[in-house]
Amino acid sequence: MTGKSYADDELLSLSGIQHFYFCKRQWALIHVERQWEDNLRTTEGHFLHERVDDPFFFESRGDVFISRAFPLVSHSLGLFGIADVVEYIRTKDGISVPGYEGLWTMRPVEYKRGKPKTDERDEVQLCAQAMCLEEMFGVRIESADFYYHEIRRRVHLNLDDSLWSLVSSLADEMHEIFDKGVTPPAEKSKKCSACSLENVCMPKITIKKTSVAGYVKRHVDDACKGD
Amino acid sequence: MRKLLNTLYVTTPESYLLKDGENVVVRVDGEDRFRIPVHNLEGIVCFGYMGASPQLMRLCTDNNVGLSFLSPSGRFQARVSGKVKGNVHLRRTQYRIADDIGDSLNIAKCFMKGKVVNCRTVLGRGVRDHGDVIDCDKVRYADSLIIGNLLKVDDCINPDALRGIEGNCAKFYFSALDELILKQKDDFFISERNRRPPLDNMNALLSFLYTLLAHDVESALESVGLDPYVGFFHTDRPGRASLALDMMEELRPFLADRLALSMVNLRQISGNDFLKKENGGVIMTDDGKKEVLGAWQKRKQDKIVHPYLKEKISVGLVPYVQAMLMARFLRGDIDGYPPFFMN
Repeated sequence: MTGKSYADDELLSLSGIQHFYFCKRQWALIHVERQWEDNLRTTEGHFLHERVDDPFFFESRGDVFISRAFPLVSHSLGLFGIADVVEYIRTKDGISVPGYEGLWTMRPVEYKRGKPKTDERDEVQLCAQAMCLEEMFGVRIESADFYYHEIRRRVHLNLDDSLWSLVSSLADEMHEIFDKGVTPPAEKSKKCSACSLENVCMPKITIKKTSVAGYVKRHVDDACKGD
Repeated sequence: MRKLLNTLYVTTPESYLLKDGENVVVRVDGEDRFRIPVHNLEGIVCFGYMGASPQLMRLCTDNNVGLSFLSPSGRFQARVSGKVKGNVHLRRTQYRIADDIGDSLNIAKCFMKGKVVNCRTVLGRGVRDHGDVIDCDKVRYADSLIIGNLLKVDDCINPDALRGIEGNCAKFYFSALDELILKQKDDFFISERNRRPPLDNMNALLSFLYTLLAHDVESALESVGLDPYVGFFHTDRPGRASLALDMMEELRPFLADRLALSMVNLRQISGNDFLKKENGGVIMTDDGKKEVLGAWQKRKQDKIVHPYLKEKISVGLVPYVQAMLMARFLRGDIDGYPPFFMN
């Protein structure tokens, strides 16, 4: 941790870290410019309805219980959000939980509609959730789980030091860009076609950088030349 | 680029709009005449006086569907807007630039260049396509005067000088536009632009098309998070959507004037579609408006290549793309506002 501490109204949305990892411009369009937040919310809404039908979330055994829609905050990362599920697992050296006997360790479980991605965008989000829990409860969390709906199973994630420092540096950079209020240019990549914000983003204009002054001059000059 | 959806034009004055699930329903005399899923709509323009249910309004705002009410004669009454999009940096920049005379003037020059060049293109096409039947010298003379004014745009040191150029160009343009009316010349002619009220059929037709265009431009500005009421060329006036008027300028010749000419020349509209009122003002009949709406909808489906983006888009998306380009310029992505130049 960097020793920073963000105040309540400086906190950014934790779920944004996956956008930020995927594309800084996409994140800025959503979180700095607030474009299409409605669309974003609606998709998230539909997604919640699907969850209710999922048997996994009602699973509870004697040595495991779950807490859903778990509010999270980390003042050192400056992020707040909600974990889909936090699992409590009975262990010898965990923390005590009011209303439950024994000691428990915590494990965040994030539900994803699709299948595992080829990059680490899901991992940074889950790791950030774990880091919030660590800070909130003064515990150490070694691992977390995804549940990928498309493949109908859990995928285990080890929270190692490199992931941990990646999350820290992403969070720092998010705050830096948010405070400046700028939207970074698009990066040339194949990702744009998979992005729902392509129309709003107009990636080409920041990549090609066609001079507007030149474009206007060319058209005016052509007009003045006559036919 | 995204797909252009349909705009629903409700022309029966007694229509009441309501929501049924995810559908927009048009009710006349207690009978449901029409229904369409809201997801298929870009906007709704209602020429009626019955209005719409609050639930329907919310259905529209939630789904980014522009909803405007016009009087049966086409005069703007109201627009329904949802929650303001929270793009505070964009709006703040818009206001800051609007308060800066120099910055505003630079953008206003772009609007004007777009408008004047497009006016020239309309005239140039007329000469090219119908040179054998029109008075080419008259059109070319007007055109040369317009070019003279176009060359002075960059030298304007204040908005008034620019407005002077706009006035001159409009005068020369409309005087020459009359030459491009090839058919039904007894019913359709134009010597100058008049609008309150329109005094002849051609002006009434243009007024109606400009109303449709204004709705589309204003919706586009709102959808990208810009404030349609704060312009860079048209000054603030309560109740006037100045930025929408600014951004319309370059689109009038391309989207409205050309369509008016082709409707008259192809006899898609006739003198019978207009009525002269006692005060000398001309209004369009309901049948006439339906013809125009049909042609307008059809025109919007045409595909063009955007001159700056070099992307293929529907004509109907031009206002949206221009609004988006304005937003991206204000957010610092590009070095100016690229006006739409028709080819």
